Amino acid sequence: MNKIRIIARIDINNDSVVKGKCLEGLRKIGKPNEMSKKYYEEGIDEIIFLDAVASLYDRNSLINIIKQAAKESFIPITIGGGIKTIKDIRDALSAGADKVAINTHAIKNIDFVKEAVEMFGSQAIVGSLVARRHRYRWEAFIDNAKHRTNKDAVEWALELEKAGVGEIMITSIDNDGRQKGFDIELMNSITRLVKVPIIASGGAGSSNHIIDLFRNTNCDAVAIASLLHYEIENLKEIKNKLISNDIDVRI
Amino acid sequence: MNIIILDYGIGNVQSIKNALKIFGIKGILSSDRDDILKADGVIFPGVGAFKKAMMELRSRGLDETIKQYIKTKKPLLGICLGMQLLFDSGEEFGKSKGLGILQGNVWKLPILDDEKLPNIGWNPLIKSDISWSNTVLDNVTINENMYFIHSYVCNPLDKSIVLANAKYGNISFCASLKYNNIYGCQFHPEKSSTAGLKVIENFINIVHQEQL
Repeated sequence: MNKIRIIARIDINNDSVVKGKCLEGLRKIGKPNEMSKKYYEEGIDEIIFLDAVASLYDRNSLINIIKQAAKESFIPITIGGGIKTIKDIRDALSAGADKVAINTHAIKNIDFVKEAVEMFGSQAIVGSLVARRHRYRWEAFIDNAKHRTNKDAVEWALELEKAGVGEIMITSIDNDGRQKGFDIELMNSITRLVKVPIIASGGAGSSNHIIDLFRNTNCDAVAIASLLHYEIENLKEIKNKLISNDIDVRI
Repeated sequence: MNIIILDYGIGNVQSIKNALKIFGIKGILSSDRDDILKADGVIFPGVGAFKKAMMELRSRGLDETIKQYIKTKKPLLGICLGMQLLFDSGEEFGKSKGLGILQGNVWKLPILDDEKLPNIGWNPLIKSDISWSNTVLDNVTINENMYFIHSYVCNPLDKSIVLANAKYGNISFCASLKYNNIYGCQFHPEKSSTAGLKVIENFINIVHQEQL
């Protein structure tokens, strides 16, 4: 198994980094490029920028942020939020992004994902799956967790894999921003069936939660936000803690 | 110094430009034959599908231009698919012919029980018997982690061109190569943090030495 990847997840509204709970009540907590540069210098493995409101208000405010980040941070950069045309993807990649994460428009039109994969390659397309728990199953949500789809999250993950995405990022709406750990069952229900790399998102409040995730799931990467943004632990501490628990990361 | 980044409408080339700029070099995107043949060094980027990339190269006449450039013996750095395309053939979406500059083929990694595909992540470079001095890996620490994102690997016929290998499960594959003045990296130096930037800097130095 490869080293696990620690990814900084930076949700953005206009030109500010925002964070809430369960993807709601978003508060402004910093500047995207200041934070991405800091995390790069501290040794983050990747950066994901997500435009928190793009799919609701039909705009794409990330291009300038991506351009700046790509000048300062020589690691993979993913952009998501409001991606709905081949041109959106082309613009993101030519600004310096390596991958785009697609949720809403993938659910609305899976052929769009297939077309994007054919055009840019699997490695450039991340399926973004945002799920809410209903007892023992999970439902996929769109528009930054605002709207339900009646789609089963596990079945949807399989459809994304079949459409050719190179990775799937799974965000648990229930656990997002609560800093109480990941939805291990959700991750397992998907990694059991899907062979593409999985990025787990939603719930990291300490390095122990990340250790718990990798001991109990077959995920490949973790996207963290609160843990870094609120400086609960710094990246060095997190990585050292993982290594001392036999979880292989890049130092 | 004039470094051209081959432009054939594929992938994120902005990051390669940005990486060159860190070392004061303005990388120029071009698919123009005269520009390329006049260049002091060429970077051949690439992500995505082999067959489609070959079609894009041919439609711009770049397949012939690259072969002519290689004959000038000036330095070239192929990155990821850019390295793979230098080989005889690839098997992505059915067998297709590559540029045939290097002997060997490109094949898909198998799905293994404990591994995921695409192979994505930071993997250490395992040194071959070939010396790294005066190559793109000069002064790169042995076992340094580089960022890989791929499902295909190249299999050079001549193993003496392999500078470093990397592992996918128990499978060892070519991570970097040198054949005359042709260099290749399966990983993305422009995405491998300071260790990757060292590779870019080394390539600039190689180009610079050739100019003297």
